[in-house]
Amino acid sequence: MQPAQPQDESELSALLEEASKEERPLEVIGRASKRDYGRPLQVEGSVQLEAFSGVRFYEPEELVLSVGAATPMAEIETLLDTQKQLLAFEPMDLAPLLSGAMAERRTDSIGGVVACNLAGPRRPKAGAARDHVLGVEGVSGEGARFKTGGRVVKNVTGYDLCKLLSGSFGTLAAMTWITLKVLPRAEKTRTLLFFGLEASTATALFTRAMGSAYEVSAAAHLPEPLAAVSRVDPIREAGGSVTAVRLEGPTPSVMARQAGLRRLLGDLAALGGELHAQRSLQFWREIRDCHPFVGRSDCAIWRLSLPPAKAVEALAALAPAPADAFLDWGGGLLWLARPQQLPEIPGGEALLAALGIHATLVKADAAVRAAQPFFLPRLPATTLLAERIKQSFDPKRVLNPGRLYSGL
Amino acid sequence: MSLVMPKPDGSIVARRGALAEALRSIVPGEGVIDQADELKVYETDGLTAYRQLPLLVVLPETTQQVSQILTYCKREGVKVVPRGAGTSLSGGALPLADGIVLGLGKFNRVLEIDYDNRCVVVQPGVTNLGITNAVQAEGFYYAPDPSSQIACTIGGNVAENSGGVHCLKYGLTTNNILGLEVVLMDGTVLRIGGKAMDAPGYDLLGVMTGSEGLLGVVTEVTVRILPKPSTAKALLLGFPASEQAGDCVGAIIAAGIVPGGMEMMDRPAIHAAEAFVKAGYPLDVEALLIVELDGPEAEVEHLVGEVGDIAEEKGASYSRISADESERQSFWAGRKAAFPAVGRISPDYYCMDGTIPRKALPLVLERMREMSAKHRLEVANVFHAGDGNLHPLILYDANREGELERAEAFGADILTLCVEVGGVLTGEHGVGVEKRDLMGQMFNATDLAVQQKVKCAFDPDGLLNPGKVFPELHRCAELGRMHVHRGQLRFPDLPRF
Repeated sequence: MQPAQPQDESELSALLEEASKEERPLEVIGRASKRDYGRPLQVEGSVQLEAFSGVRFYEPEELVLSVGAATPMAEIETLLDTQKQLLAFEPMDLAPLLSGAMAERRTDSIGGVVACNLAGPRRPKAGAARDHVLGVEGVSGEGARFKTGGRVVKNVTGYDLCKLLSGSFGTLAAMTWITLKVLPRAEKTRTLLFFGLEASTATALFTRAMGSAYEVSAAAHLPEPLAAVSRVDPIREAGGSVTAVRLEGPTPSVMARQAGLRRLLGDLAALGGELHAQRSLQFWREIRDCHPFVGRSDCAIWRLSLPPAKAVEALAALAPAPADAFLDWGGGLLWLARPQQLPEIPGGEALLAALGIHATLVKADAAVRAAQPFFLPRLPATTLLAERIKQSFDPKRVLNPGRLYSGL
Repeated sequence: MSLVMPKPDGSIVARRGALAEALRSIVPGEGVIDQADELKVYETDGLTAYRQLPLLVVLPETTQQVSQILTYCKREGVKVVPRGAGTSLSGGALPLADGIVLGLGKFNRVLEIDYDNRCVVVQPGVTNLGITNAVQAEGFYYAPDPSSQIACTIGGNVAENSGGVHCLKYGLTTNNILGLEVVLMDGTVLRIGGKAMDAPGYDLLGVMTGSEGLLGVVTEVTVRILPKPSTAKALLLGFPASEQAGDCVGAIIAAGIVPGGMEMMDRPAIHAAEAFVKAGYPLDVEALLIVELDGPEAEVEHLVGEVGDIAEEKGASYSRISADESERQSFWAGRKAAFPAVGRISPDYYCMDGTIPRKALPLVLERMREMSAKHRLEVANVFHAGDGNLHPLILYDANREGELERAEAFGADILTLCVEVGGVLTGEHGVGVEKRDLMGQMFNATDLAVQQKVKCAFDPDGLLNPGKVFPELHRCAELGRMHVHRGQLRFPDLPRF
């Protein structure tokens, strides 16, 4: 069946109103790069939002950008780059991981990034998509055209539905326009490398660095086998694990902080190397987009958000083989690969709950995704509330039903 | 007063004694207040123009008690107004004649400080500054810093999504909390998030924050703490015209600089502040900027130079860099005392809170001068220039016939103007009762219905803080039946309360 392609808000509204009346579920598609993210859908049709694309306004001095939800991320990044600005949350591109193949250019849309509340290595410092969405226009499951938020940073007028829509995976409303906060790009980026550290030393290093006033903007740890598949020479050739800490800012500041950090961390680890400019950019893009696990078609991939200081305990319990996990967000994010035949998380929900971990199944065969909960541990009270929120926006369960929770 | 609240339910008011007795069985001893003289303490919040004695005040000490109180009130159909320190400037904690005030002042403990995970777990009655005080010895702080931080509680901050002067760089409450314990109106105790950065499913943390006590009662908060920047320096910049000051702000941001704080004051505010605290402000300028740069010393030194150059280029007639910490503090002293300073020159003042796109500032200031003449009331302006949040202080005398009404009309005109230029009704004080009837300026009926349906998901009987935020009350069943046609809602002719 051909996807419906509404050309404007009234067509979209009419379409969803009718689908609601007929109780006909639909898949919501922006640029179609994340159709396999989430539980498999059982839908009869789809709605393609490509018409909602393009820049409504971009005012660099006001730090604000307003775009159609289906605007390609590649276009947005190029535009912001002309004014030395960026989306500070460093949105991850999931397409390589989901498709199993690297691409020259990202193919995703801003709507998809927001709908999945993606973020990158700068998450501890700059937040996720949710923290940068200022306003949204959209159409609810029953066809109501609405707006929420605005175009200014400071706004407490009414409920913050921008947050609710960020990370809702298109299950509450089809977003049409999104207004975002943008920020200046740092003048200089430098990455400090430490080689051959045990995970426990690496996390101790993170705790100290992230708790210091040196304003670390990213911190990741790759075990030896995963460092070895990097396309960045000093990482691939490290011959051991790689622990990386990034500094960004005006040049004199980065230089001073680099010296300060080396002194601060001296008794834990000696500096093994540095990445400058392009190589630093390339390395953090690999971390951002989970490149170490791209092409692992035999694996199910979990994304674990955890209290950073629990990273060592989590690694020991979940990933005895070093090739199966790596850390980002200064220990607050753990990427875990599990065999497709045995996708479950060792220790299960009890272990996750005990360590305060939230797990999301990012990639697996459709059969595995249908059988596994998308989120672990399951939280019955919040799921019940989620069900009532879904009911508020989309009572006939037209939009992406079942993507987050079975039957919802 | 011109404020209309929902009509009290006489059958509830008539049962006051029985309700007090039942609530005492949940919170024994002095936890239930029913004496008129003691209730009077709770009759208003920071928006003192509006007053109402509550039916009863209940002061629970445990989450379990909160859950029992809400379960009981839901069963009996009793309305509940949650309250922290009562510093709301929008009437968010204004009591109802037929509702209880649920005071959370006894939830005042810091439960856990976790430096390794850079977070603190607190009860909602802990003050904003209390969090920073608990961790500053180790070099950490809690970033959002509303001016009332010495008194306002973190629970209230969550309800209002409070900001402060450092929002542009460090974000608002919503960007600085990790977890909540919330009790819903049906008594369900919900834990949202925790110490990890991402929580699964819908962003309940995000929608709870700034929900003004309409969705649930917060009983525990996990906040992020940050290492304190090693240096902070401020520049005091004076301009012959407010347009130049506005240009300077835009140029600083265009140069890729995100200052820790960037505040503007207009001539009346400068003069009032200087007369009050003798901060050393220049009096021959139309606009004053305080630009604070914080971070590593090398960065601050570098950026202070850049900002100074930009200011000169934009026509600053006065420029001074804080030489030491005490001078930096004195630059801020005037700004932070701006409200009481204005209070000294006028018997009453009415503080507004719109946000505008920065570039609209000259236009808004000009139009405000016209409105000032029209309403025959003076206005002084302080402005969080970095994030566009404007605080006009309208000077009036409540003892003079009609001045309060004129001040309210002036305020409504200002907020309508903010929306007109692309801004919003409230940047950090909340809608409460104050801006409730202006919501239609910013949102159409469908926008508001979508928000009210979210309320239905949390509190289907509409018992939590009714009469706040939304200009009309609808039963959830009515919202469900509202006919949607081409995105337009047709409202049944419901009476305004």
